[in-house]
Amino acid sequence: MSAFREPKGRVAVWTEERRRSDEGRQRLKAARRRAGQALHAEWTKLRTVPGPAWLLLGVVALTIAVSTAAVGATHCPQDLACPVDTTKLSLTGVEFGQAVVAILAVLMISNEYSSGMIRTTLAAMPNRHAVLAAKAILLAALVLVAGAVAVFGAVLAGHLILPGHGFTAARGFPPVWLSYGPALRAACGSVLYLGLIALMSLGVAVIVRDSAVSIGVVLALLYLFPIVLAFVGNAHWQHRLERWTPTVAGLSIQATTGLRSLAISPWAGLGVLGIWAAAALAAGALALRLRDA
Amino acid sequence: MTTRAISAPRPDAGLGDGPRGGGFGGLLRAEWTKFRSVRGWVIGMILAALLTIFIGVFTAANMNIGCGINGGQQKTGKACLPYVPHGPGGEIVTDSFSFVRQPLTGNGSIITRITALTGEHANLGAGPVQVGSGTMVPGLAAWAKAGIIIKQSTHQGSAYAAMMVTGSNGVRMQYNYTGDIAGMPGSVSAAHPRWLRLTRSGDTITGYDSADGTHWTGVGTVQLAGLPSTVQVGVFATSPDYTVTQNSFGGASNDSGPAQATGGFDHVSLTGASPGTWTGTTVGDGGPAGLRPGGGPGSAPYTRNGGTFKVTGSGDIAPVTPGPDGGLPTVTIGQSLVGAFLGLIAIVTVAAMFFSAEYRRGLIRTTLAAIPRRGAVLAAKAVVIGAVAFVTGLVAVVVSIAVGVPKEENQGPVLLTAPVLTEVRVIVGTAAMLALAAVFAVALGAILRRSAAAITIAVLTVVMPFLLSALNVVPAGVGDWLLRLTPAAGLAIEQSIPRYPQVTTVTSLVQGYYPLSPYAGFAVLCLWTAAALALALVMLRRRDA
Repeated sequence: MSAFREPKGRVAVWTEERRRSDEGRQRLKAARRRAGQALHAEWTKLRTVPGPAWLLLGVVALTIAVSTAAVGATHCPQDLACPVDTTKLSLTGVEFGQAVVAILAVLMISNEYSSGMIRTTLAAMPNRHAVLAAKAILLAALVLVAGAVAVFGAVLAGHLILPGHGFTAARGFPPVWLSYGPALRAACGSVLYLGLIALMSLGVAVIVRDSAVSIGVVLALLYLFPIVLAFVGNAHWQHRLERWTPTVAGLSIQATTGLRSLAISPWAGLGVLGIWAAAALAAGALALRLRDA
Repeated sequence: MTTRAISAPRPDAGLGDGPRGGGFGGLLRAEWTKFRSVRGWVIGMILAALLTIFIGVFTAANMNIGCGINGGQQKTGKACLPYVPHGPGGEIVTDSFSFVRQPLTGNGSIITRITALTGEHANLGAGPVQVGSGTMVPGLAAWAKAGIIIKQSTHQGSAYAAMMVTGSNGVRMQYNYTGDIAGMPGSVSAAHPRWLRLTRSGDTITGYDSADGTHWTGVGTVQLAGLPSTVQVGVFATSPDYTVTQNSFGGASNDSGPAQATGGFDHVSLTGASPGTWTGTTVGDGGPAGLRPGGGPGSAPYTRNGGTFKVTGSGDIAPVTPGPDGGLPTVTIGQSLVGAFLGLIAIVTVAAMFFSAEYRRGLIRTTLAAIPRRGAVLAAKAVVIGAVAFVTGLVAVVVSIAVGVPKEENQGPVLLTAPVLTEVRVIVGTAAMLALAAVFAVALGAILRRSAAAITIAVLTVVMPFLLSALNVVPAGVGDWLLRLTPAAGLAIEQSIPRYPQVTTVTSLVQGYYPLSPYAGFAVLCLWTAAALALALVMLRRRDA
């Protein structure tokens, strides 16, 4: 592993500087190889059990099914004004899909704790941050792919169904399709949203370790704030909750109408979720490093 | 006790022939020992109670209201409240109408014929309507009313009984704000007049209606307890806000504006000891601000020509219901129970682990070796976790209400009180709802053997329908069906204020109105729990542990 090697033969041309840069390159190469190994190991662990594949399928199926049901149930009769954000409505399924994403993320680490596998993992790969990073990268990649499929399906459902239910361009409703800028932002943002939810859940699970408790904490994080928001009458607290809680701020990325009345702009809202995810992962990394496995 | 708590359950605990009590009792003790000896579960339950209280009190402490009616100075809190009358039953009521009256001592009766009920209301047009700013257009609110009334006094909230014709609900007999009995259907006109009669005999008042003034039909007989010997009797008219409900989307989208109604009366005749002179009085402030038809408070606009009257009024004689339409900021005790959602998540988490943890550690094989009757094991677990969740929930709910409700009231909103038995039902019912959710989660834990999935399903099926419906993510109709069919229906047990058909109101979930009645909703959750337990039993028997 050590990058230090005695030059042989061409002693004269080796300068100290050259030797150092070579050492750096070697070190980088080794680090890259280790990272690759860590990723490969995590990938092997994931694909050799059926759970994750089913959960990813669940994300796609649940998101599309709920979105289809939501748009299917919504009609705008001829003589009524319908204050509906059609894109947001089409993406309703994300509210459910995120729960499955959270399960996937939590199980990725808590399953190792419950089976004791974590000790094997850390014995094979003593760099704990690399383990967590590999898990995070792999999880994010998988969720982004599944999320993209799910969100595309949801948008497609809205695109196909809503015009037939009275939400036509003739009545001033923008198209629910990726060619329409705000809808594209909402769709791409929703995919990223799912990725960030996965990372936040992973961070929580690393801290909590137990799968049941982790999922309880994550579900509370996801769904409690919107409920409290519905009840709180104080305008200041409403504003704070809308700006700073992970799901309410994060889902503002789905808005395509009434952006001026949002407490936080769509991308900034997603950024708030990003802060939550980063904080959870950082706390998780610290906990992983400081505690015995 | 403590040492035994840490050790495994006593081997004799569930066998039925042990020295320490047998049968199901022993099994219960074994499961209880398992529960209380896992420190995390006990802490989880305590956390569930604390978090419920914290969130409930936090929400209650941030209910403060602001107001600035008709461009006036912005005020907050209690300064926003007008005088709030209470009805004879203690409930908060609206009592504003134009009253042309005279005192009546002792027994007597009043008869009239109504030939017209017309009205006008603010032009709703597009956009929202500010109180008093719209132009008036002809039209009648569904519950605009005009008729005859016998009332204890002209004080708001005093007892009464009245016979009336309404905008689109036919003839009604109403009494003491919450009472409502239907009489002749159909609307009134000169061609189809309505005769109304009220007779007083002691505390008993009987209402009659008739199409011709000769053939009378009794509509109802009511007792107004403690009615003084001299009461006020006469003709009245009033109209609540004219409301158009947007049925297509979002349960809370109502357009409404102030309205007034005018009743045309003739053949007014009074029998009994009365002076014979009529006085026009506005009870209350004459209805929504900006619509005081003629003169200030105190005199009601009416014209009289012998026995013929024309009375115009605005307001309502009805209970105040939650929601923006009452014109009064209100809260119900159910609104300090928001924390129960967090309590639910914590309780469900512990409950799901209570079964699935046995699979993880392999303890289930020991358990089933000791007690081969698998149904009994499931039942014992359900009883233990249900009881623990019930007690936890009860403590949390009682403290939430005891601490949260005074905080809410301090900030201005009026607490809509309910009869004691109803409040007991809300408190005990919420605890029972949490207990059922816990049993539901135990059953899911037994079916799925995985706590994460069991917790997610139990939480999502209860929380998501409420959330989707409360935040108007899905159309109102879909949201209502979700709250009828899913386990979330059980939340209806928290509804403390009944739905009054005689009041047009936005029935919003956040205000505490559920699409099912409290016990029907609770029964739906019971059915789901029973179904999950049955499936768990089948799975437990069929599968190897």
